[in-house]
Amino acid sequence: MSNRAINILVPIISVILGLIVGAIVMVVSGYDPVNGYIALWNGIFGDVYTIGETIRQITPYILAGLAVAFAFRTGLFNIGVEGQLIMGWTAAAYVGYAFEGLPKIIHLPFALLAAAAAGAFWAFIAGFLKARFSVHEVISTIMLNYIALHISNALIKFWSGTDRTEKILESASLRSPWLESLTDYSRLHWGIIVALMMVFVMWFLLERTTRGFELKAVGFNKNAAEYAGMNVNKNIILAMTISGIFAGLGGAMEALGTFGYVSIKGGFTGIGFDGIAVALLGANTPLGVLFGASLFGSLKFGALNMPNAADIPTEIVSIIIALIIFFVASGYVIRIALEKFKKTKEGK
Amino acid sequence: MEFVIEMLGIRKEFGGFVANNNITLQLKKGEIHALLGENGAGKSTLMNVLFGLYQPEAGEIKVRGKAVKITDPNVANDLGIGMVHQHFMLVDNFTVTENIILGSEPTKAGIVNIKDAAKDIQALSEKYGLDVDPHAKIEDISVGMQQRVEILKTLYRGAEILIFDEPTASLTPQEINELIQIMRRLIAEGKSIVLITHKLKEIMDVSDRVTIIRKGEGIGTVVTAETNPDQLAELMVGRQVEFKTEKGSANPKDEVLNVQDLVVLDYRGIEKIKHLNLSVRKGEIVGIAGIDGNGQSELIEAITGLRKIKSGKVIMNGQDVTNKKPRQITETGLGHIPQDRHKHGLVLDFTIGHNIALQTYYKEPISKFGIIDYKKISNKANQIIEEFDVRTGHGESTMARALSGGNQQKAIIGREVDRNPELLIAALPTRGLDVGAIEFIHRRLIEQRDKGKAVLLISFELDEVMNVSDRIAVIYDGQIVDTLDAKETTEQELGLLMAGQSKKVKTVEGDEKYE
Amino acid sequence: MSFLEVLYFIVPSAIFYAAPLIFAAIGGVFSERSGVVNIGIEGIMVIGAFVGIVFNLFTFDVLGNFTPWAALIAAMVIGAIFSLLLAVAAISFRADQTVTGVALNLLGIAVALFSVKMLFDGKGQTDFISERFPRFDVPFLSDIPFIGPLFFQDIYGTSILAIAVAILAWFVIYKTPFGLRLRAVGEHPMAADTMGINVTKMRYIAVMISGGLAGIGGAVYAQTITGDFGHATINGQGFMAIAAMIFGKWHPIGAMGAALFFGLAQALSIAGGSIKYIQDIPPVFLTILPYVITIFALAGFIGKANAPKASGQPYIKGKR
Repeated sequence: MSNRAINILVPIISVILGLIVGAIVMVVSGYDPVNGYIALWNGIFGDVYTIGETIRQITPYILAGLAVAFAFRTGLFNIGVEGQLIMGWTAAAYVGYAFEGLPKIIHLPFALLAAAAAGAFWAFIAGFLKARFSVHEVISTIMLNYIALHISNALIKFWSGTDRTEKILESASLRSPWLESLTDYSRLHWGIIVALMMVFVMWFLLERTTRGFELKAVGFNKNAAEYAGMNVNKNIILAMTISGIFAGLGGAMEALGTFGYVSIKGGFTGIGFDGIAVALLGANTPLGVLFGASLFGSLKFGALNMPNAADIPTEIVSIIIALIIFFVASGYVIRIALEKFKKTKEGK
Repeated sequence: MEFVIEMLGIRKEFGGFVANNNITLQLKKGEIHALLGENGAGKSTLMNVLFGLYQPEAGEIKVRGKAVKITDPNVANDLGIGMVHQHFMLVDNFTVTENIILGSEPTKAGIVNIKDAAKDIQALSEKYGLDVDPHAKIEDISVGMQQRVEILKTLYRGAEILIFDEPTASLTPQEINELIQIMRRLIAEGKSIVLITHKLKEIMDVSDRVTIIRKGEGIGTVVTAETNPDQLAELMVGRQVEFKTEKGSANPKDEVLNVQDLVVLDYRGIEKIKHLNLSVRKGEIVGIAGIDGNGQSELIEAITGLRKIKSGKVIMNGQDVTNKKPRQITETGLGHIPQDRHKHGLVLDFTIGHNIALQTYYKEPISKFGIIDYKKISNKANQIIEEFDVRTGHGESTMARALSGGNQQKAIIGREVDRNPELLIAALPTRGLDVGAIEFIHRRLIEQRDKGKAVLLISFELDEVMNVSDRIAVIYDGQIVDTLDAKETTEQELGLLMAGQSKKVKTVEGDEKYE
Repeated sequence: MSFLEVLYFIVPSAIFYAAPLIFAAIGGVFSERSGVVNIGIEGIMVIGAFVGIVFNLFTFDVLGNFTPWAALIAAMVIGAIFSLLLAVAAISFRADQTVTGVALNLLGIAVALFSVKMLFDGKGQTDFISERFPRFDVPFLSDIPFIGPLFFQDIYGTSILAIAVAILAWFVIYKTPFGLRLRAVGEHPMAADTMGINVTKMRYIAVMISGGLAGIGGAVYAQTITGDFGHATINGQGFMAIAAMIFGKWHPIGAMGAALFFGLAQALSIAGGSIKYIQDIPPVFLTILPYVITIFALAGFIGKANAPKASGQPYIKGKR
């Protein structure tokens, strides 16, 4: 078994372990895991409508996962994707309804850019604080998450006077009657194309450009990068900002695609934190993120079918996702087990 | 004859790698017993087995004739074995007393009794002439004093057998002398000492007997008085060692580097380089001799643009590069082998190919319009790997982390030399390497010189400086106190200059004398 | 309201809001001092709040007045057990501590809501508890003019307990052999190891203490402030406790002070509308104040604070 095979096996084993433990939890709680997983499956793939909705759910997960993964690859832990996503959501919704009379070809990109810029700015703060004052980004982004949540809520109140903004204009919308009709009137929208494009952007940036080379070098070893003549502080800020762009666009998916507005939130959306799970499962590679997002997005949407079809609370899926993170994070032990297994096999 | 410690046929493996095989070491009461071996020969592993940090796979340990199992450091402590670690095991923001009592704290009604402990430590310190302030914080005291705290830790626990792991690595010559005095005092008080080192001179100076290990194998034990450095070196390396590197005489030409009246501050804002002047010419190797901490790092960082220059000038190849960005300076024709290859020289989680591209990735032909051609990187890397004999395992796609220290260093040197720099700065280029790699690196530096390039060598090892350099500039307290011809100077002369004890001054008559 | 009335109103409610934060922040101090970053405090508080409320609801007819206190003990025990997940993953399995903490947060809320739906017929929140902590006047002290109404009238026993825990934590961390070892393990685990201290054991104990205290914090919050448990009950209190720990420079008394200050900010943001001058400030500024201040504290504007050196790193024996 090569190293590469083990790298792929660890997340797969983690997912399987997560599902097994999830089944045990269901049994212990007096639910039928077989029915539960059938309901989950049907909730994801049951008909074209659920497939459309599942893809819609996957879209922001891809972008949130890219944001976390990009930061990880450049040596940063962006727990602030949640806050950056909220800022992006808010900005996109505002631009979406406030600028009347623009043609779609200008208005939609404008709204997307606004979301990207808002997310980027929110992440920039954390990058700047790290570069200039060596504030650890984990703590600063946690704080910035709450600040974003409260500021966004205050802005919505200020703009609308109620607890949600006006609907965005058609000229800023990602919605597509064609995609909707194709999927039995789900809320599937063009955002998935944006997300897929960003998967490519991240890959290209990291694997093909000199900038990506620098960002990775700084991420792995600041000192060596500095000795090789790279500007460490600039690269830290840039890495964080780019990560924020992905997160902000994730928010735009909700504003311009799924909902068409932004409303006051009692708590976090959870997408940003799930993004950590997505990135981890995807080993921080763009393609891995696509798979991770597909899995977690599917699970999250499919779970909504579980209370009706099997009388099991949707939270069982959140439990499974949290368990999967535990297992992936504890990959060291899985690795050791795999290597032992490999040795005994070779011994025979 | 009574042995206080006997380690018989010790074997220790780490996942297939044999670090110790069939090593025997017998320590007599009241002797200083040296354990000699190259870096990576397995000296520290053996001592960690004795101290209970590792468990041996085979072999037997006897303490005062009784077979024992040392399962953890507590057992070692109870047996009266104490270890003075090479990398001090001290908590920086604790006081001396807190560090010493940690793990065996005296208490009064459940509260740590710092007062009484400090008194005991003061008494111990006076008994052995260690001169340690029990209330000082570790981060505020000198390296030499930190080492004495380490010694006190073992004495406080009643150690009868002390293991010193490379104790002189970071000490000044005065501190080394003091340490030797302390060791003698310990012996006089009835303690026994194992001294781990690879420095032959120290062994000849203080030890009674020497046990030699080579590549994890026990080679044997000799009585110091009956051997000599050449024989010890041969036993350590396994072949005859040429201490002198062959080289012709230098043929210096135009000046490449000129440092004028340089002043540099350290991170705390204290002047670390004080009006320093230095000149390096094409076709010569200038060695900077000095004890660690006299401004060597700051000097290199100032020249290479990594640290801000407060005043003064650095001229490279006729261009003023004072306070320019590192990359601008590099491009004027500077190559740099950093002193810490893991921290500064390599991105350990990059492949060796990417590491070789670390200085050239942004330039044609490797990249165009910000897009990298990774084929070109691997071609270049393969060429350098071959040329510099870097043993990688899986070619250029091997992770840098997976290489041995010597091969990592060869890759760095390949990267820097391949750019054909006018000036190559080599900072501690052979630290921690085995004899073969050291010889290779020295030859490469001399080759650069013979091609008409300039080399600035910084080293803490006098032998290396004297061997490789053409001229030797001695640095002390942020200044070059003198520049000498390598062929004419002596170890004594350099040692005195490095210790700052005799600054050579020109008198009015023009002849030279020592202060 | 007169200034004095404002003071008599604001100070007690600041202490009231601070109490759960103090417990959780002190928990954070223990964990981080041993070298384990515990981002999972939020999730443990959620579990604590859930256990506290459910225990209260199911036992009050047996335990009567003692119910809320017994619920605290239950929350402490379950919190400590729940934190074992972090301990096992981060200490024994060398998992990334931050990632594991995030997983703990996700798991905490998921398990709690899953159980609530199971126990309360699919409803998203529990019933309200009927047996609450009583308020009382401290004898004699409450009669002191000014000081009495400010600190000693109409207060909760849990607030006094919180302050007592902070002082006790200071004593344990700075005066006992256990505390010395704890700090050594967080600063330089290898040094501690060579002195015969069991690094793994120390870290397990520290994480479990932090789990127990965070559990208590959650149960105090739910039983004094919300009265029931639902998805938004804790809503960031755990992260605010982490902020208090940092603002308090990883020191128990500092963390308590920071928690009291954050409690004040919370009290003002909720009650500020009826206070002169304060009512002119948009409440959002008061809401975000604790977070902004924490960032300033980290940036070194309010005195530089350093985390324990080894925090965040797994200790691997024999690796330098």
